[in-house]
Amino acid sequence: MSKAVTMTGTLAGNPIVTPTRSPAFEARLKKRYAQERRFKALGLGAVGFSLFVLVFLLGTMIWNGLGGFQRTVFDVPVSFEGMGLTVMQTDNEGAAIRALQSQGLPEIVSFAAEKTLGEAGAAQINSEAWREVAAAIIADPSIVRSGGTFALPTTDRFSTAYLGEGQAALQPLARELEAAGHVRRAFDFGFLRRADATDAQLVGIWGALVGSFYTMIVTLLLAFPIGVLAALYLEEYAPRNRWTDIIEVSINNLAAVPSIIFGLLGLAVFLTLFPTLRSAPVIGGMTLALMTMPVIVISGRNAIKAVPPSIRDGALAVGASPVQVVFHHVLPLALPGILTGTIIGMARALGETAPLLLIGMRAFVSTPPSGFTDNATVLPMQIYLWSDQVTRGFVERTSAAIIVLLVFLLLMNGLAIYLRNRFEKKW
Amino acid sequence: MVTSETLSADTTAAQDLGEPKMRATDVSVFYGDKKAIDNVSIDIRTEHVTAFIGPSGCGKSTFLRTLNRMNDTISSARVEGVIELDGEDIYQSGMDVVQLRARVGMVFQKPNPFPKSIYENIAYGPRIHGLAEGKSEMDAIVERSLKRAGLWDEVKDRLDDSGTALSGGQQQRLCIARAIAVDPEVILMDEPCSALDPIATAKIEELIDELRGRYAIVIVTHSMQQAARVSQRTAFFHLGNLVEYGHTSDIFTNPREKRTQDYITGRYG
Repeated sequence: MSKAVTMTGTLAGNPIVTPTRSPAFEARLKKRYAQERRFKALGLGAVGFSLFVLVFLLGTMIWNGLGGFQRTVFDVPVSFEGMGLTVMQTDNEGAAIRALQSQGLPEIVSFAAEKTLGEAGAAQINSEAWREVAAAIIADPSIVRSGGTFALPTTDRFSTAYLGEGQAALQPLARELEAAGHVRRAFDFGFLRRADATDAQLVGIWGALVGSFYTMIVTLLLAFPIGVLAALYLEEYAPRNRWTDIIEVSINNLAAVPSIIFGLLGLAVFLTLFPTLRSAPVIGGMTLALMTMPVIVISGRNAIKAVPPSIRDGALAVGASPVQVVFHHVLPLALPGILTGTIIGMARALGETAPLLLIGMRAFVSTPPSGFTDNATVLPMQIYLWSDQVTRGFVERTSAAIIVLLVFLLLMNGLAIYLRNRFEKKW
Repeated sequence: MVTSETLSADTTAAQDLGEPKMRATDVSVFYGDKKAIDNVSIDIRTEHVTAFIGPSGCGKSTFLRTLNRMNDTISSARVEGVIELDGEDIYQSGMDVVQLRARVGMVFQKPNPFPKSIYENIAYGPRIHGLAEGKSEMDAIVERSLKRAGLWDEVKDRLDDSGTALSGGQQQRLCIARAIAVDPEVILMDEPCSALDPIATAKIEELIDELRGRYAIVIVTHSMQQAARVSQRTAFFHLGNLVEYGHTSDIFTNPREKRTQDYITGRYG
């Protein structure tokens, strides 16, 4: 191609030299292509680097976190024959467990463990292990007459030793019991059902999940309607003057305010107004709603702006009132965009820790909250709390909790992308 | 700059037809401080197509939009003078804009069907005004409107398809059907064919001619041929002034004003 150009340019006796057929132009053209290639290479490099970082992050997280979903257990056959255990007929699980405790279940379990694991081994059974047996009995009372083999959690120290770390004294015992086939790593379904605890073998993520759920509900209920209405008013009704300009700048600034400032605001305002609600999801939700609302307003305004004016004209021309124009046409067309912005704002709120630290949601909460005013903690806060603990068990549990949080964030972002693609209108 | 001669001549020409449907008297429109329309007076009659012609930026679209108060959406726009619909001032404080727009419908330059089904596009107006009771009545309105707009045969089997999936010409006829679904008295059309190909344009013009028997139609157009083809009366606007208004045949064959003559012979515009 370039050769042909050169040739025509220097054809014997007939040198056609126009500005776009000169050697200088050709040189510039080459430079332009080189520029394009460099840019492409840079772009590819950037994408590749982010992919590498992402894969590295997810890889380490999953590698570490998989251990967090497991725990070390002893397989101990327990026989209840002749023990005279009776299961209380009640809906209150706690009462039923206490009843079994008073009938000597913990002693039965440790006796059975001693028989199987020996005295040293039985000492490494987690002190709360009998509760798992109790829960199994309550779930299926028929085993009271026979018995069965139960997977009993070990102490945190033993678990660490089993993984080849921690106290050197326990490691030979761990090897010995492993050789006898009494100890193994098992998937810990309870991790998804329990709340926080002081023992890494007994912690669970459910309490924090429920706390996050209640907090997000409050955030959504406050931030979505207020944000959407504010966006609608500013776009569709507000006159363009100095006041609306000030409001617009303020909202944009609000979106850029560091989240910890919102925490201080929540502390100063909400906790002063409702001092009894420290650590409650309702206050956390209100604080996060302050943070999420500007995001919803900004994305909402952009989505509303993207609705072509011709649609509004068409509706006005058949006699729709301004409110009908907004609710019949503008809002339905802008909704996918508004929802996308809302979900992204909510995902940010779900991952937020700093403002919640200040309003006391870093409490140790060992039972999942049962309402908006109970003490609660949230997923990222649980991660923060666990990462403070030094034992090996908590390190793994932290990674597992991060995986749970990331799964939720990815699901939310995926939903946002799906909504955007699915309901995006073309004109 | 309307000469009194033009005005009086026009008024006499119109008198044999009784009261006009709409009457604008000394109407001026301002955008902020800028005067876009200067002292225009004009009559709009039922069973007539009135064409507004003139070069770009002469204010013909602006004036058209004052007739159903679509300029209300522009906060800087201000209207002076009197515009009457059946003798009632449409800018008086007691006038209901919603009702006015139901009586004075509008079709826009670019087809703007709602991104909903064809059926919903037509049914929207009657529904918000509560003009139909029950599904069968609404079906009848939709069918009648589409038939009047000459679109029924093309879309009767796919009323649930999106209105935006139609071709440009069909979309514009859908918009006309949407406008006539609420049974207006006047239909304003703002360059309804400028985004269409010649065949679609011919169809719309045919349609305008048919609709004339039922409604007062005002059409803004860039095309003088179109004005000559479809209208009975033509108003020539220039720089915000109504230069000349009269029977279309007079305007095109025997204009009184030099500026009109220059424009229709292609000297400027």
